[in-house]
Amino acid sequence: MWLNLTPSRRLLSLRWSLIQYRNITLENTTRKAAVDKVLSAFRSICGKDNVSLGEAIREQHGKDESVHRCRPPDVVVFPRCVEEVSALAKVCHDHNLPIIPFGTGTGLEGGVGAVKGGVCFSLRNMDQILDLHPEDFDVTVEPGVTRKALNAYLRDTGLWFPVDPGADASLCGMAATSASGTNAVRYGTMRENVMNLEVVLSNGTVIHTAGKGRRPRYNVDHHIHPVALLVVVSSSYYFVFRKTSAGYNLTNLFVGSEGTLGIITKTTLRLYGVPEAMVSAVCSFPSVQAAVDSTLQILQTGVPIARIEFLDDVMIDACNKFSSLSYPVTPTLFLEFHGSERSLEEQVSTAEEITHSNEGSDFQWARDAETRNRLWKARHDAWYAAQALRPGCKAYSTDVCVPLSRLPQIIVETKKDLLESRLTGPIAGHVGDGNFHCLMVVDPNDPDELHQVHLFTERLARRALAMDGTCTGEHGVGLGKRALLCEEVGPLAIQVMQGLKDSLDPGNLMNPGKILQRGEL
Amino acid sequence: MSGRVLVGVKRVIDYAVKIRVKPDNTGVVTDGVKHSMNPFCEIAVEEAVKLKEKKLVKEVVAVSCGPQQSQETIRTALAMGADRGIHVEVSGKDYETLGPLQVSKIMAALAKKEDAQIIILGKQAIDDDCNQTGQMTAALLDWPQGTFASEVTLDGDKIKVVREIDGGLETIKINTPAVLTADLRLNTPRYATLPNIMKAKKKKIANVKPADLGVNLTSKLEVLRVEDPPQRQAGMKVETVEDLVGKLKESGKV
Repeated sequence: MWLNLTPSRRLLSLRWSLIQYRNITLENTTRKAAVDKVLSAFRSICGKDNVSLGEAIREQHGKDESVHRCRPPDVVVFPRCVEEVSALAKVCHDHNLPIIPFGTGTGLEGGVGAVKGGVCFSLRNMDQILDLHPEDFDVTVEPGVTRKALNAYLRDTGLWFPVDPGADASLCGMAATSASGTNAVRYGTMRENVMNLEVVLSNGTVIHTAGKGRRPRYNVDHHIHPVALLVVVSSSYYFVFRKTSAGYNLTNLFVGSEGTLGIITKTTLRLYGVPEAMVSAVCSFPSVQAAVDSTLQILQTGVPIARIEFLDDVMIDACNKFSSLSYPVTPTLFLEFHGSERSLEEQVSTAEEITHSNEGSDFQWARDAETRNRLWKARHDAWYAAQALRPGCKAYSTDVCVPLSRLPQIIVETKKDLLESRLTGPIAGHVGDGNFHCLMVVDPNDPDELHQVHLFTERLARRALAMDGTCTGEHGVGLGKRALLCEEVGPLAIQVMQGLKDSLDPGNLMNPGKILQRGEL
Repeated sequence: MSGRVLVGVKRVIDYAVKIRVKPDNTGVVTDGVKHSMNPFCEIAVEEAVKLKEKKLVKEVVAVSCGPQQSQETIRTALAMGADRGIHVEVSGKDYETLGPLQVSKIMAALAKKEDAQIIILGKQAIDDDCNQTGQMTAALLDWPQGTFASEVTLDGDKIKVVREIDGGLETIKINTPAVLTADLRLNTPRYATLPNIMKAKKKKIANVKPADLGVNLTSKLEVLRVEDPPQRQAGMKVETVEDLVGKLKESGKV
């Protein structure tokens, strides 16, 4: 592109690049000087051992599981309590240093990259599970608690936290990215299940979004399965809402803010009863349309299905190869039902009827844990199976979501695009939510292929937006989707978002460079 | 054949908790620390409940020896499917010195009293790692034992046990009555569900004192000192292989 310019324009462009370079270098030097000044303050707040300048530690805290390259912070601090987080934040605020909260680093959109350097707040030392109220179905956790750790802690209570994004992520991190998972179709995403947050703002102020210690009482919603009404207390079959009308909904403002509005130091979560029994099933279909139609009909008949996952033919083929299975190589649905023994019989037979009427075949189902795991192994290993298609390559997951009615169309068009662009992209999707992922398998050392994948992803996101969908169903905006966010919500909504950001973080210190674009960044 | 299975469940510090040694080095901190059922005991309960579901045994009785809080552990076993519980009350000094020998005497006495056909225990507890109770119980009763079981199959009045041993897997056939100890891969324990926890509240837990069973709890062991493992020392970088060999010789490791 540079070669297309006239010589005088080339000179101007060169001068501009040099000025940019000088500004960035100046910024870096100023920031490095500021970091040196604050190190002793940091050490006195959280202890010498909890402030790290080591290169390996900084690199570890500058990347997540996305394809975005590592952007290490200048220093990593490990606060042990909210008071330390607040004190450290004040110091950063006084010296204009960026603050990047870090949970488990399992994000998929480059959210932890320190694009302007700064201080990474690694919250893993704050790992307490507090205030469990089994009768009220809620618990409060600190950022170092991961979802598997919480469920292990709860195992004797008959309760669990069902949001399952795959990775063993920090629950506060999941709140920050508004994570979702395979059973969102029944239990919802983080948005529906976070009741209260403790947040430290960029200037060190600590707030409780729903008030300190408050756990808004829950109400039940319409998705009550008739059989479940017979069960007295178990709300495991019920969707629930928050019930409070006190003021602006601050909790949901911070959920999904990806560290750009504040550091989440506690989250109060809605728990559910562990299902009495589970049944898993698999069914093959002659076409994507048949599979999605079945999904729609299953949902419409009111079956409270827990998981409904779609794998396309390329994905099934990869799974067959990887796990030595022999599923028919056609679009396939993996289903999971939760409930009491009696309600399961009804759920499974209804689902089986529906799949048959849509030309589904090879309907297999299983009740006991071992066979269920075997049936679902294909879906569980999908990520690795995709990578195994081309050894030496890495996988990058796209993440769009559209209304269910448009799902067959977008999948068909996307597969066509994949063929035409000659890219490897097996598809796995949470069809119950209209959300699907193309697991793009790319050679990380081939810039041309990376570029093709990038363009494909943009086309896919725009295709989803054109169908009234969203450019990110569950992974967040992070670094890579800021432009798409503008297209999705429109410039006026972006202005409102920017206004909120400016009001809560006037210095743009909280995780700069994410979600919202600012000028030349 | 009574068709009764006795399952021992021990209340221990939860496996996910960071253990801290008491400042006076007499033991570990247990006050205010989360406790739960020993993971191997969970596997034992699961196996017993599976046998009952297959209708191979008639009743599963969960037993725990300890203070008042041990009842919670028994309740968890009941929520997993055990039919009733027996709480052998041991508290105070007796509880501090309670070890495999005392527990095995209690289990043996209970087995006779309850006319048990099978005793299933976890292979070891995660707090003392003794791995002795099952073996001692079998010896006291003069029953055969299938320890480190990774697979259990009832076959008439015999039990086929696949054991995990150092060399691989060993399959043995033992007569009943017998003692089995559960190893990690025997099964995956079920989670207690809310309806089952509610049902468990109605199941009976009998209270028994060790003296009623004719068991003497005196311990012949005395804990002298409990210490943290030594702190990890910083490593040293060397430039050449000669340096490395030299340093190794110096420290007496070579």
